[in-house]
Amino acid sequence: MMTAVIQTSGLGKQYRRTWALRDCTLAIPEGRVVGLVGPNGAGKTTLLQLATGLLTPTRGTISVLGEPPAASPAQLARVGYVAQDTPVYARMRVADHLRLGAWLNPGWDDELAQRRIGQLGLDPKQRAGSLSGGQRAQLALTLALAKRPEILLLDEPVASLDPLARREFLRSLMAAVAEHGTSVVMSSHLVADLERVCDYLIVLVASRVRIAGEVTALLASHHRLSGPRRDPGTLPAGQDVIEESHTDKQSVLLVRTGEPIHDPAWAVTPISLEDLVIAYMNPASDIPARRPQLGVVS
Amino acid sequence: MIEFQLDETSGVATYLQLVQQVHQALRMGMLEPGDQLPTAQQVVAKLAINPNTVHKAYRELERAGLARARPGLGTFITRSPSGTDPATQARFLAAMTDWLRSARSAGLGPDDIEAIYRTAFRACFAEGAA
Repeated sequence: MMTAVIQTSGLGKQYRRTWALRDCTLAIPEGRVVGLVGPNGAGKTTLLQLATGLLTPTRGTISVLGEPPAASPAQLARVGYVAQDTPVYARMRVADHLRLGAWLNPGWDDELAQRRIGQLGLDPKQRAGSLSGGQRAQLALTLALAKRPEILLLDEPVASLDPLARREFLRSLMAAVAEHGTSVVMSSHLVADLERVCDYLIVLVASRVRIAGEVTALLASHHRLSGPRRDPGTLPAGQDVIEESHTDKQSVLLVRTGEPIHDPAWAVTPISLEDLVIAYMNPASDIPARRPQLGVVS
Repeated sequence: MIEFQLDETSGVATYLQLVQQVHQALRMGMLEPGDQLPTAQQVVAKLAINPNTVHKAYRELERAGLARARPGLGTFITRSPSGTDPATQARFLAAMTDWLRSARSAGLGPDDIEAIYRTAFRACFAEGAA
């Protein structure tokens, strides 16, 4: 059986009367680069903070690398986390950040940290507050990577970066994944970026997991059908309609099915990851009567 | 060593683009048996793609018998796809280039030239199939 790096069961977090996350059951396999997508306020940051141990669950359970989050200093050392807006200490120099990292982390890889700072062309004497957004993000990533974590949790790491800085960030992230085999969970709105780097996807909408699974499996099981107008209720069992639009003559459906589509009336086209994400994020697709099998795909 | 490119608008799966580029490079003589392919780390550090995508492409090339992974060393080209002699390739590329130059100096534009090429290509391969 494949090891799960993050396993949750019925996980929920409530703030006063609002559920930030509920009924979240996931098993994220090892060695994946996971894209966590969803509208603002869907629960992405809550899920990441539950995984770090910064938040404690109201309901259910979560384990990260086989242990409860932040169960021990040893468990903490295996998890790297970069919070939203890639925080660094503005008054501290780049070199001070590395010294602090070395002092706080028993498994600190100073060679890796120094090498990355050199490759990025960062001046060790420069104060972090005067770095560009892209450089700050790279410094924060360097600190997280030099811990040599087994899993890296990144909350919107590229949201505030220009396209060039974003690409550079993803390049160095992917190089680190290739070198160390680190698992990554990364929230982002930028589906085009996720399409390049992610092999596992989780879509969170309104505090719930709408869909989760391997990207190749998700793309293989979703199709766009277009053909003469038809009531989606007449589709064969096992074809779940995620999204539909109709004119007086034509129907266009996005369906999820494990079976091939044989009906010759349909023109079948594959969908992109972006189409899939948008379809699941659309609140109109949440029709209870025909609600597809959501939740866990393992 | 070859360098991979990515066309995000093509709709072709990323791993398949890498496979196709190796085939293309073999046909054009830019890769030969014994040549090393870039490591997954080199590819992802340039293209910002998932390393598993590169591994998948290389496995595909191995399955086709074109490449072999040598543990600790990298992935190497073992043979060219059948029927591709680099010298012949080069000869026809040169002839095609001459032809294109003469078409252009005769006043034909890119669209004209492409239409002629497509028509001739279709006619030729329709003959072959018959």
